[in-house]
Amino acid sequence: MAGAAGPGTGPGTGPGAAGGDGDDSLYPIAVLIDELRNEDVQLRLNSIKKLSTIALALGVERTRTELLPFLTDTIYDEDEVLLALAEQLGNFTGLVGGPDFAHCLLPPLESLATVEETVVRDKAVESLRQISQEHTSVALEAHFVPLVKRLASGDWFTSRTSACGLFSVCYPRASNAVKAEIRQHFRSLCSDDTPMVRRAAASKLGEFAKVLELDSVKSEIVPLFTNLASDEQDSVRLLAVEACVSIAQLLSQEDLEALVMPILRQAAEDKSWRVRYMVADKFSELQKAVGPKITQNDLIPAFQNLLKDCEAEVRAAAAHKVKELCENLPIEGRETIIMNQILPYIKELVSDTNQHVKSALASVIMGLSTILGKENTIEHLLPLFLAQLKDECPEVRLNIISNLDCVNEVIGIRQLSQSLLPAIVELAEDAKWRVRLAIIEYMPLLAGQLGVEFFDEKLNSLCMAWLVDHVYAIREAATNNLMKLVQKFGTEWAQNTIVPKVLVMANDPNYLHRMTTLFCINALSEACGQEITTKQMLPIVLKMAGDQVANVRFNVAKSLQKIGPILDTDALQEEVKPVLQKLGQDEDMDVKYFAQEAMSVVAQRLRKLDLPVKDSDEPSAPGADKNHFLRPRGPGEDAGKVSRDRAARVASEAAVEAAQLGVGTQPRSGPAYQLCVNPRETLAHLEIVGLVHFSQSRD
Amino acid sequence: MSSSSPPAGAASAAISAAEKVDGFTRKSVRKAQRQKRSQGSSQFRSQGSQPELHPLPQLKDATSNEQQELFCQKLQQCCILFDFMDSVSDLKSKEIKRATLNELVEYVSTNRGVIVESAYSDIVKMISANIFRTLPPSDNPDFDPEEDEPTLEASWPHIQLVYEFFLRFLESPDFQPSIAKRYIDQKFVQQLLELFDSEDPRERDFLKTVLHRIYGKFLGLRAFIRKQINNIFLRFIYETEHFNGVAELLEILGSIINGFALPLKAEHKQFLMKVLIPMHTAKGLALFHAQLAYCVVQFLEKDTTLTEPVIRGLLKFWPKTCSQKEVMFLGEIEEILDVIEPTQFKKIEEPLFKQISKCVSSSHFQVAERALYFWNNEYILSLIEENIDKILPIMFGSLYKISKEHWNPTIVALVYNVLKTLMEMNGKLFDDLTSSYKAERQREKKKELEREELWKKLEELKLKKALEKQNSAYNMHSILSNTNDE
Repeated sequence: MAGAAGPGTGPGTGPGAAGGDGDDSLYPIAVLIDELRNEDVQLRLNSIKKLSTIALALGVERTRTELLPFLTDTIYDEDEVLLALAEQLGNFTGLVGGPDFAHCLLPPLESLATVEETVVRDKAVESLRQISQEHTSVALEAHFVPLVKRLASGDWFTSRTSACGLFSVCYPRASNAVKAEIRQHFRSLCSDDTPMVRRAAASKLGEFAKVLELDSVKSEIVPLFTNLASDEQDSVRLLAVEACVSIAQLLSQEDLEALVMPILRQAAEDKSWRVRYMVADKFSELQKAVGPKITQNDLIPAFQNLLKDCEAEVRAAAAHKVKELCENLPIEGRETIIMNQILPYIKELVSDTNQHVKSALASVIMGLSTILGKENTIEHLLPLFLAQLKDECPEVRLNIISNLDCVNEVIGIRQLSQSLLPAIVELAEDAKWRVRLAIIEYMPLLAGQLGVEFFDEKLNSLCMAWLVDHVYAIREAATNNLMKLVQKFGTEWAQNTIVPKVLVMANDPNYLHRMTTLFCINALSEACGQEITTKQMLPIVLKMAGDQVANVRFNVAKSLQKIGPILDTDALQEEVKPVLQKLGQDEDMDVKYFAQEAMSVVAQRLRKLDLPVKDSDEPSAPGADKNHFLRPRGPGEDAGKVSRDRAARVASEAAVEAAQLGVGTQPRSGPAYQLCVNPRETLAHLEIVGLVHFSQSRD
Repeated sequence: MSSSSPPAGAASAAISAAEKVDGFTRKSVRKAQRQKRSQGSSQFRSQGSQPELHPLPQLKDATSNEQQELFCQKLQQCCILFDFMDSVSDLKSKEIKRATLNELVEYVSTNRGVIVESAYSDIVKMISANIFRTLPPSDNPDFDPEEDEPTLEASWPHIQLVYEFFLRFLESPDFQPSIAKRYIDQKFVQQLLELFDSEDPRERDFLKTVLHRIYGKFLGLRAFIRKQINNIFLRFIYETEHFNGVAELLEILGSIINGFALPLKAEHKQFLMKVLIPMHTAKGLALFHAQLAYCVVQFLEKDTTLTEPVIRGLLKFWPKTCSQKEVMFLGEIEEILDVIEPTQFKKIEEPLFKQISKCVSSSHFQVAERALYFWNNEYILSLIEENIDKILPIMFGSLYKISKEHWNPTIVALVYNVLKTLMEMNGKLFDDLTSSYKAERQREKKKELEREELWKKLEELKLKKALEKQNSAYNMHSILSNTNDE
């Protein structure tokens, strides 16, 4: 089986010899053969991925007569190489001379469709399906159909499995006699004694049914479906549920009732939870396929059972479908059905023992309010929402809060606000930062719906508290949140409520909080506009240029670069430039770097505005870089390392910041600092917050 | 089933403090928090309340005429199932069933002549009713068998006794396979095999013994059992990558392979090459590698001509990124080399030692170390010595390089020893290789450059052709449009 590819590079067939001189058109195949035999898998893979280059170089004729036979005969390689090959061949029709020659591609794909590795086989089948469309009808019957038949009667299960995926592409264009044969082959695969093959057949049953004549569907597919749906293996039975959707779409109501429904009912009560799960999971599709009448008579009772199934997996899958099911009911009578037949079960689920079930329900339940209207929502749904807002599992609460907009449209959010607030506050202080992050992301939405007064009164302090969270991701999200709030409530609100609080943090003893001020300014300046930025923010930023912590100083440089476009030229020329120049002389390497970078951007802007800029104080970006690299280096440092370190340092800055909480410590950007770029180490830091002091200085 | 049972006070304080800090709870913390859980069988669906059981008289108190009748009644009584997830319901009935099962176990193991023909049906019915069930969904979707505690079967107090009874039944001297085969048929075995996916190791252990006995006693089921195991494995390898009982099934197979008659049937060889070898690719190989390697070596001991395809198969599936698996592969290779015939060794030495040479220079020191340990094995050493002319040139480059470059001093020390051993085997060849080492490296570099050059040329050719094509298409187009104009 394996291996022939490895060792064969004989002496003398080196690429040099092959490609040496004279006839250019001769070497591609030699190169390929040589490369395909290389010991290094990566090189073999590379050459396969460039197969089209080789084919193009060879021309269609030689591709057909030399390359394809070579591929068919000599490749027994690693699965990864085979996968690449299977993929390439799907797009090869043009390279072998168009549709008339598409069948030349079948032999290599046929052998690929029989290998053990599923991904390779699947890819080969995909390519075969693609190529089948490019065959002429004659070629399809002469070459493609025989291939399908060969695969379908192969000895080892892999070829029969692959065959299952090919019936539906060749059936529609085959003649009647051939069609009968194809159906015969499919039938026998449906009762194959290897479960893998039956699974493959079951998963393609729906697809195959769609291309069959209606009579054949009734006379042949339905019995196959019945058999598969009562297979001894649940992994086969559950695939029949999927097929059920396609088959149901093809049949009339009477046929459905007589032929399919008994089986579907049986599936909904199958003894294996996997099958019942599948029914729950495909419920909306099934509902659409069988139509409103059968839904009402059969599916609703089945759905009720699924909602109180003994397995949480099944209940959760069903709970997910509640909204879709209700939406898809015919409008007439919908309310009654939901109120009498669905809602009682939903009420039970609100206090389910399993949190996945509850959270699945919470993610859709709000959608019911639009369907049921204001009064029903207030009377029946609201108590459920309120109960879920108090649920012990944060995910449930979050799911409710994240869908508030649905309720807002129907009853307004005020109804909920009394319960909402404690829920939000609790989530805002949750011990898991991912939960806090999630609730922050809903803040702008909530703010919009609750209005500015309610917000100022109840939620504003939360938003400000997040700015000093000990996790960077939360501080970052809080910063973005502020920006969105300003966009919503306007600059005046920002000036009165947000900006002063943000600016006060510039004097915080913790340098991380001081940096948060800078990040907020970066985010808010645009939304706040030139006046506030120039008058209120800029002075603070400039003042911080004298901060004792290097990290703050280089963030000042970055902030100045960021808010530069918003400032007018006077401010730039008179205030920003001198500060940047000073920072450009900073003793810290990184401060210098970012100051120079900011300087070049600011200078560019000034030049655009036609202001005279003296050449001497305009360090161009590359120049800055050069200076940077030319500084004397300590032993063991190389230029590459410096830039890598910086990149890493800046990239991981966010994460590392989260790690450094020590109020009043003076984190220096010494070598120790530069070491913490490994994310795992960063995580380690996260766990020992407060213990990390970077007190070494670089020299 | 919510696992939110409040953890002990101290632990919860520690956790929330940790969570305050980062929000990433470490796995160990999470595990400590979670109590040992048990799992109900999906089979038990709320079918309303269970009928209450009433104790029947003791079997030993009954007269011998009544005993048989009473035995069957007790078997039927034990067919009733109880919900063990609800630990307070039906307490009395549960206790009665437990006692009855105990009595039944005792009855079949201490009395002779009680397993009469008419009882088989009831016995198998009772066993089926209790053990055959759809296994519930795993509570922990990313269950890691190496790290996590398995979820235990809640109804174990009853099921254990049923298995116990089943075993005593199969092992009883009165047991007659010719009668039992009417009830223990293919369908029965099929369901039994599916239970091997149980997460509860206690249950799998019982199943292992049960299946082993069945395989031993029911000759007619043997081929079927092998085929079904085959299917389970194929599904495990290529479809789900999940099956809890792989190790147990392999253990049974180990003893089955041991009993294969020679010459081996094609079916068995196919099983080796198409199932057992690809099984080495599984993610959780560590869980069953010992059993798997045992099976492979059993095959080779039966038929040495399989050595070459097996080793080539292993080389094909050699782990590329997982060092832990690589160490396991090396272990298996050593086991194979321990039993290899010198003629077979010659057939695979080249590809094999190319791989070993790669392992030796692995930057993961455990891999390198494991490979270098081959040189401590007397038999392997003798094989190497016999074929030193072939093997030394393959190994030399890597050994020479790591002796200078490897970061781990232990490895460097080992490599020096290996180099010394090899030098003693053929000093002349060793000297030649040392002196040509540099030239060899340079030749490789040159070849590398040539390859790049060739691909570049090929790309140019492609561009040229594409351009030609475009031009001709353009010409064609203009010709066509000209004709249209006329």
